[in-house]
Amino acid sequence: MSIIATTPKSSKSSLRWAISDVLTIARRNLLALVRIPTSLVFAVIQPVMFVLLFRFIFGNVIQVPGGAYVNYLIPGILVQTTIFGAIGTTIGLAEDLQRGLIERFRALPMARMAVLTGRTVADFIRNIGVVIIITFVGMAVAFRPSGSFVSYIQACLLMLVFAYCLSWGFAFVGLAAPNSETAQAMAFPVIFPLTFASSIFVPVSKMPGWLQPFANNQPVSQCATAVRGLMLGTPHGASTWITLAWSVGAIAVLAPLATAQYRKVA
Amino acid sequence: MSEFAVEALSIVRTFRDGEVRALDGVTLHVPRGEVFGLLGPNGSGKTTMIRILSTILKPTSGTATVNGIDVVKHPDAVRRSIGLAGQYATVDENLTGYENLRMIGLLNHLDKSFVFKRSHELLEQFGLTDAANRTTKTYSGGMRRRLDLGAALVANPPLLFLDEPTTGLDPQSRQDMWGTIEGLVEGGTTVLLTTQYLEEADRLAKQLVVLDHGRIIAEGTSQELKTRLGSTVLSITFTNTDDARRGAELIADLSPKAAIIEGTVVDLTVDRGPALAADALRRLDSAGITLAGLTLREPSLDDVFLNLTGHKAEEETILAAGESPAGRRGRKART
Repeated sequence: MSIIATTPKSSKSSLRWAISDVLTIARRNLLALVRIPTSLVFAVIQPVMFVLLFRFIFGNVIQVPGGAYVNYLIPGILVQTTIFGAIGTTIGLAEDLQRGLIERFRALPMARMAVLTGRTVADFIRNIGVVIIITFVGMAVAFRPSGSFVSYIQACLLMLVFAYCLSWGFAFVGLAAPNSETAQAMAFPVIFPLTFASSIFVPVSKMPGWLQPFANNQPVSQCATAVRGLMLGTPHGASTWITLAWSVGAIAVLAPLATAQYRKVA
Repeated sequence: MSEFAVEALSIVRTFRDGEVRALDGVTLHVPRGEVFGLLGPNGSGKTTMIRILSTILKPTSGTATVNGIDVVKHPDAVRRSIGLAGQYATVDENLTGYENLRMIGLLNHLDKSFVFKRSHELLEQFGLTDAANRTTKTYSGGMRRRLDLGAALVANPPLLFLDEPTTGLDPQSRQDMWGTIEGLVEGGTTVLLTTQYLEEADRLAKQLVVLDHGRIIAEGTSQELKTRLGSTVLSITFTNTDDARRGAELIADLSPKAAIIEGTVVDLTVDRGPALAADALRRLDSAGITLAGLTLREPSLDDVFLNLTGHKAEEETILAAGESPAGRRGRKART
């Protein structure tokens, strides 16, 4: 088999190859992100529009306890945007499956888990960029976080980890949907109540009584409370730990679920 | 190591809990260094066979080795020794031609410097150097197909699976693809090719297997099959169906195979086309039957199927749709 002999196989360990595979897949997904104008609009322009909309239009009639609405708003928008970003995972995986790309990956000697992990890691990296952009846009519209720089970074890490863990659920949806359009439609009914029936835009105390127990205790509200508390240097109880607990719980359930679905369909 | 590049024994694959038998006891022996053809219509089980041999799908029963390696027991080792190019030209639309090859090379766990060199070599070989830095969204169908084949070749695999490599290509691109495949085989590569086109199987494949409903209905060299099936189809069009029936009776003894009557057209598979055509004309003329048309043509896949099975090579959309989850995903019926 002289043909095989001319092909140099590298001597890296299988773990290093697995990491390399994840990065290769993540890189391809990030390249797609910057090359498809609509996905860039979805990732960056839309949250900026939300900032402007709530800051200058709705914000004037929303009263929040203890200070300017913009300081309440920006941490919330950051949490919302990082979670919404996971829809990219849903659509991307559904498209890869539809186009047969995943089938090609399955016939390669790459690490099995790299297709899903590479996808979610790409969205994690994208979210880092989005968090930085929204922070600066926020500052430009008078967002003044009064917490320390370190706790600001902690807040960012917390929501990035939280969004990453949730994104495995969106990976599952992408693999379970018959096509990318349906995948998108399937993701929204989950993502809407989670992000809007939460403390992201308005305090839960202003919501109808029947909604408050849900809105108060659901994980997105906990994350928003923790992020806001860390950024503004205000008390936020155990919300950081509750958010981390939700994150661990989410990934522990959703990652195996998505992996099983990947095995089933691909 | 086995003397065969692919050895598949009694492969069965069912879908929907056994309701659909996509493959029903298929045995294949693919010799090294030549093109082996899997011929059959949609839904006959061709793609399912390729998916099993390329470790994408597990067989329900039966065993298969690829380059001497068991596909179920050591899928990773098999993956290192094969290249797969599919009928849907699965390239990443958002990456450039170079980036596509680079990605596949890295996922094949090849050295970066080798991948760089090899990618550019392949881009040049397939006439894609000028388009190397354009996203493949802008590529034509033929260009995508070439890039897809290039991706399958990045790791220099000794065995290549080509699933309907020319389906949907224009005649010129098809000719080019045939030339490329022949070049690969000259270089020592073994190719297992599926096709719906008899012409393609005849041109490229030394040995052929004809699949229908997941079973092998004929096998041999393309010459053997042709001799068995007759090398020419004499197709006569009559002016009305009565004449067609009468005419068919008059010329029936020209071929050992039954004449096939469809409306006003009678098809007869024969060995010595021109001589028998003249004979047929004389007989019909002396019986006073006027003809609307007469042609001699190469047998099509339909003719092969009519001869072998007595039924047309119809599109098995129901079977194909139930075949795989990908079928549910609105992709075209495959197999």
